[in-house]
Amino acid sequence: MNLGPLWLSVQLAAITMLLLLAIGTPLGWWLARTASRVKPAVQAVVALPIVLPPTVMGFYLLIVLGPNGAIGEWWVKLTGNALTFSFSGLVIASCLYSLPFAVQPLMNAFEAVDRRDLEAAWTLGATRRDAFFSVALPQSMRGYFGAAVLSFAHTLGEFGVVLMVGGNIPGETRVISIAIYDQVESLNYAAAHQLSAVLLVLAFFMLLALFLLNRRWQQS
Amino acid sequence: MSTDTLQIRYVLERPQFDLDVAIDIPMRGITGIFGESGAGKTTLLRCIAGLELPTSGTLLVGGETWQDQSAGFSRPVHEREIGYVFQEPRLFSHLDVQSNLVYGNRRAGANGGAIEFDRVTDLLGLERMLNRKPAELSGGEAQRVAIGRALLRAPRLVLMDEPLASLDTKRRNEILPFLDRLHAELSIPIVYVSHNIEEVCRLCDHLVVIDAGRVVAEGELQAVLVRMDVPQLSGEEAGSVILGTVSAYDPGYDLTTIKFSGGEFRVPGDHGEADAPLRLRIRANDISLCREKPGQTTILNVLAARIDAMQELQGASRLLRLRVGDELLLARITRRSCDELGLRSGDKIQAQIKAVAVRSP
Repeated sequence: MNLGPLWLSVQLAAITMLLLLAIGTPLGWWLARTASRVKPAVQAVVALPIVLPPTVMGFYLLIVLGPNGAIGEWWVKLTGNALTFSFSGLVIASCLYSLPFAVQPLMNAFEAVDRRDLEAAWTLGATRRDAFFSVALPQSMRGYFGAAVLSFAHTLGEFGVVLMVGGNIPGETRVISIAIYDQVESLNYAAAHQLSAVLLVLAFFMLLALFLLNRRWQQS
Repeated sequence: MSTDTLQIRYVLERPQFDLDVAIDIPMRGITGIFGESGAGKTTLLRCIAGLELPTSGTLLVGGETWQDQSAGFSRPVHEREIGYVFQEPRLFSHLDVQSNLVYGNRRAGANGGAIEFDRVTDLLGLERMLNRKPAELSGGEAQRVAIGRALLRAPRLVLMDEPLASLDTKRRNEILPFLDRLHAELSIPIVYVSHNIEEVCRLCDHLVVIDAGRVVAEGELQAVLVRMDVPQLSGEEAGSVILGTVSAYDPGYDLTTIKFSGGEFRVPGDHGEADAPLRLRIRANDISLCREKPGQTTILNVLAARIDAMQELQGASRLLRLRVGDELLLARITRRSCDELGLRSGDKIQAQIKAVAVRSP
């Protein structure tokens, strides 16, 4: 069994997850705390990937990330390489595609942080930033865990966006879902079975871990 | 620009409420901020802490400007050296008691050494709960930890917002002795917000009465309590506080005799060694008056008094201010009795008094 595509998928999912935790922290915190009028609009944009067909997202990304697109052109100047049909392009696409799965759990966790606890921290000499890292963040660990698992798992399972933006280049953009599609297309059912089973089991155990830990958190 | 005063000049305008106060609080002892719910006590405290911004005004702490709204200057919350004790403990649930206690201390910089960890845990009886999580504490224990956490921040000023209001009477009585000890052993000034006059009488040295965002009376506790022009202090709980010293304890009857300038009181319970200072609270409703010294009475304390002032109240009762020795007491009697005895200002009378010792100062 050629596990290259699986390894590529895991790399993509891990990098995407880490980036999303970093992006989701300020975004989720802002959404949880703000009274701004633009909050619903921002929430809608963040949630778009949930309802849009991956092909729609993929199509727009292909245009924006392409060598003549706004971001793609700039990237070519910077690195000499195109973003489309590259691993870097996949990372950007995955971050957008899995954004709601990181932001939503973080926002929920941050909303549960009691403002009164933060006030107490400020009166004890903590700056806003200090209070976030020493009080809000440790109290939101459940949200971080949920965001990590969901964004990782969701990226692992993406297909349409990858096909549009990344294509099917072994070692670069041929992630596991593409590899399975490939094997099925060439009627290689045995290989498709193997890869599918690996993905199925992996996805199940990740979600199982998430729900088990959720239950334990609820009990404590 | 006094260095021993907390000088507050605040105007705050809100849709349903406005606050307009000028208060000078001594930077020593405990100052009570007393008033009904909604009078603006908590808002005032939150402004001092920097948790809310007044519309205009200044705040000077021991001569140092913390706030001057006209100059657009307001020291941020974390730079104000205050220890804030909220109505709820607000302990950090993810930290154990020990880590909660040192949270502020670790952020106090060089000041952090000004107060010793062991001293605070000893004072508040926290030694045995250091490894517990907040969820494993009773309400009273959690509030003691919150007080310790505020003290260990090494504040120049402690602000307490009804710290006992969320506790039942039993828990409250558990904490009060600890607050007495803070008062006796630490030199940090405390501003204590409360709507409970008993707490105020027990703990405070100074008193500010607030109503609808305005100061209606302020000054030394004893003097303010016997003012007759403050409706907030003339209600059912009206009363006075006098200071005395323990003279003797009679274990047979479980009574302590207490000396003060106007004579002697006997109060239930053992209140410590001879010559120990003691604070007594006397409710206006616990005084009755006679023209002559009564021959036989079940009331233990009968003292010679002179009527200092009289106040007409609505309805059946009247409030009288009595002078006993150097002390002033309030007495509430019915208007009918007052008329039947023909009581007038300056009259000499006998006061039968039930007194309660509230604390050793």
